[in-house]
Amino acid sequence: MSSEGVSARDALRGANDTGTDARLQDTPAVELVGITKTFGTGQDFVRALGPIDLAVATGTFVSVVGPSGCGKSTLLRLIAGLDVPTEGKIWRYGAALDGPSQDVAIVFQEHVLFPWASVLENVMLPADVLGLPKAPARERAFRLLEMTGLKEFAGHKPHMLSGGMKQRAAFCRALLSDPQLLLLDEPFGALDALTREELSLELSRLWQDLGRTALLITHDIEEAILLGDRVIVMSNRPGRPRLDISVDLPRPRDVNTAKHPRFVEIKQMARGLLFTREQD
Amino acid sequence: MTPLTYLALVLVWEAFVRAFSIPGWILPSPSAIAATAVTWAPELFFHSLVTVRETLIGFLLALVFSLPLAVVIAFTTTLRRLLYPILLGLQSIPKVALAPLVILWLGVGELPKIVIVVLVCFFPILVNVVAGFEAVPKAMLDLMHSLRASEMSIFRRLRIPIATPYLFTGCKVAITFAVIGAVIGEFVAAQEGLGYLILISSAQSQTALAFAAILLLTVISVVLFYGIEFLEKRLVTWSP
Repeated sequence: MSSEGVSARDALRGANDTGTDARLQDTPAVELVGITKTFGTGQDFVRALGPIDLAVATGTFVSVVGPSGCGKSTLLRLIAGLDVPTEGKIWRYGAALDGPSQDVAIVFQEHVLFPWASVLENVMLPADVLGLPKAPARERAFRLLEMTGLKEFAGHKPHMLSGGMKQRAAFCRALLSDPQLLLLDEPFGALDALTREELSLELSRLWQDLGRTALLITHDIEEAILLGDRVIVMSNRPGRPRLDISVDLPRPRDVNTAKHPRFVEIKQMARGLLFTREQD
Repeated sequence: MTPLTYLALVLVWEAFVRAFSIPGWILPSPSAIAATAVTWAPELFFHSLVTVRETLIGFLLALVFSLPLAVVIAFTTTLRRLLYPILLGLQSIPKVALAPLVILWLGVGELPKIVIVVLVCFFPILVNVVAGFEAVPKAMLDLMHSLRASEMSIFRRLRIPIATPYLFTGCKVAITFAVIGAVIGEFVAAQEGLGYLILISSAQSQTALAFAAILLLTVISVVLFYGIEFLEKRLVTWSP
C-alpha cells in the first residue's frame, strides 16, 4: 500500500507462497447453486436471500452491491461458512463447503480489533489461533504493517489509531495467513468519505499485487465498480442478482477511473436498478 | 469534594457543638473524637484488624466460589437454565436478614461473619462476571469462528479479557457490601470487631468512641475500594 522500496508481490509471495494451484485455476473459487436463506417460521417467516446461482472465478474481484436489507451480508456469511444456507449448495475450490476455512479471510465493517492487544498482536491473531509457525508469521505481519504504513504503530493499542489505520490493521490481520479468498463485508462502511476513497484505492493495488480472489459486499456503487472485475447488483429482499456486469476498465485503477465513460455507464445501469423496485 | 471542603465541614461541626453546648454523649465534637481515638488507639487497631480480616477472607472466598460457577453458568446451557433462576431468586433475599440465622448455626466466632461476607459478596461478582462472558461483541465471535477457533481458544483469547472489567465492577460493589456484612455479623453477636465496638460504646454512651470506630470503618471501606480500583487500572490498561 503506502511504502516505497517494498514490492508487495515480492514481499508477500516469497517463501511463504503456495500460490494458486494450477489445477485450481479453472475451478471457481466459489460456486453457489440454488442458495436460499430464510429466517423464522410462521408469521415471522422471512426469505432473506435467493434463490442464487453464482460462480466467482479464481483470481477475480467480484463486487456485490445492493440496498440495505437485501441479504448481501447474509450471502457473505454463507460463503464464509459462518452460517448455513436453508437450501442449495456451496462449493469452494471444487470442494463442498463445511464451515470456515484457513484459506478464507474476512474483513468486517467494524475493524474488530481486540482493544486489549497491540496492533501487532491483533495482526498475529490468525497465526496464534491457527497455530501457524511464529517466526515467519511475525515476519509477514511486519511486512504487511510496513506496506500499510503501520510499522511504527505495531506496539500501539488500537484506540490510539485513527479509523482508517484501524481498518488497515484489520486488512493486515486478514492477509496474515495468505488466504486464497478474501471476503470484504462493507470494509469501508465505518469510515469517512476521504479515508474511504484512499483505502479502497490502496486495496485495489494490494489486491492486484496479491492475485487472490476477492468478494466485496457494499452499498456504494462507485466503490463496487472501482474495485471490481465484475459487479453484481442485488434486488431487494429476497436478495437475488438482478444485474451482472463485467467491469472492463483498465488496471491499475485510480481516481480518474471514475471519469471513464464506461464507469459512468455501468454506474447509471446499476443506479437505475437500485432505485427502481423489481416488477414481477 | 476537595480537602478544604472537608476541613470546612469539620470546623462547622466543631463550632456548632461548642456554640450550642451539645452534650458529648449526643454529638461529640471532632476534637473530642480525635482525643478519644488517641486514647483508645490500641483497642481500635485490634478491632479493625478483626473486621478487616473477616472482610478480606470473606471477599476472597466469594471470588473463589463465584468465578468457577460463573464459567459453568455461562457455558453450560442446561446448568444455566437450572441454576441461574435459583441463584437470582436467592439474590433477592436481603442477606443481612440471614445474619441471625448464620450466627445461630455457626456460633459467635469469626466464621459466621466470614460466611455473611461471602453471602453478600457472592452475587454481585457472579452476576457481573456472567454478564461479562456474554458481553462479547458478535463480530469478534464471527472473527474467531472464521479462524475455526475452539470454544477454549475463544474463552481464553476473547471472553476472559472482555469479562475482566466486569469482574472489577462486581468486585467494587462486593467489597463495599463486604464491610457492611462483617459489621452486621458483629452487631448480631460478637466479642470483637469494629461492629462490636460501635455496639458496646453506644450502649455505654461512649459516643466519641463509636464515632471513632465508624470513621475507621469508612476509611477501611474507602481503602479497600480504591485498592481494587488500583488493581483494575494496572490490569485493564485498554479502553474499549
